Amino acid sequence: MSDDRLAALRREQPDDHACGPADAPLVVVYGDATCPRCQQAARLLREPPRPVRLVWRHLVLRVRGPRPRALAGALEAAGREGRFWALLDRLLAEPGRTEDPDLWRIAGELGLDVDAFDGARRDAAATARIERDLADGLALGAAATPAILTPAGVDHGVPDAAWVAALHAG
Amino acid sequence: MAIIAPGTPVPEITLKREDGSDFTQEDLRGRTTVLVFYPFAFSPVCTDQLQVYEELLGELAQQDAVMYAVSTDASFSQIAFREKLGVSIEQLSDFEPKGAASKALGAYFEPAGMTNRALVVVAPDGVVAWSHLAASPGELPGADKVREGLAAVPAA
Repeated sequence: MSDDRLAALRREQPDDHACGPADAPLVVVYGDATCPRCQQAARLLREPPRPVRLVWRHLVLRVRGPRPRALAGALEAAGREGRFWALLDRLLAEPGRTEDPDLWRIAGELGLDVDAFDGARRDAAATARIERDLADGLALGAAATPAILTPAGVDHGVPDAAWVAALHAG
Repeated sequence: MAIIAPGTPVPEITLKREDGSDFTQEDLRGRTTVLVFYPFAFSPVCTDQLQVYEELLGELAQQDAVMYAVSTDASFSQIAFREKLGVSIEQLSDFEPKGAASKALGAYFEPAGMTNRALVVVAPDGVVAWSHLAASPGELPGADKVREGLAAVPAA
């Protein structure tokens, strides 16, 4: 992968799933929505003690079985309807209820067309996006989930309030 | 303890393969080898690291390279760990005498009596092509480090 591409990946990209103030410090999470430490990180960064600009990209590892891909696909499908973060928040709130019937129920509750959602989460575009994110994450130095990219480099821990404070100080 | 330097032939070492047979420096010859030293089977962070590296095995095969994971755990623990992870990376045990091979390669963490987190890439001639020792056992070498190591192997 070219240095230009790596440098671009360290910044927010136009098609990123991003939230938070645009002028806040950037935090890019390469995550798996089934991974408890990713969930813990995302819960904190969704309601951080100080503002952050949060970007989520997928790090779906094949050996973890079908569910990481299923949730990443669901997030992509929701994202096309502007409901990425709404769905992620629901997955974080009920991490034990993320089987397919749960996803259909949540999609309905979020006002999504459930049939369209169910098709979109499995389609080629979702697959391509998830595979691209994995390749990007590996090239950036991911070695675990979550792999959290900040200006200081890649961090594999779970952020806490002190971590966010250090990010602002940095 | 300094990690073994590039250009150094791998000294005499003996590790145990999963089938109980010996794995020595002679088994490093003939193709590129990536040795991944990790502290403990079943520690959460080691779990993630090998699952991420599993994604690289296709690339390794294209370069006629093979990856092994090394720790001081006994083979039975390593096999159970590998099966739990769902990974195919063969495990090499440095159990008895404890850590002897890891010490010979500079990949042992004396303060905790465990393998340090290190990567050693050995060229097909048995000479170290590249090595990396994490600043601390909690620091994970990313997939990019494995690729950096493979890129350092001299062309055949």
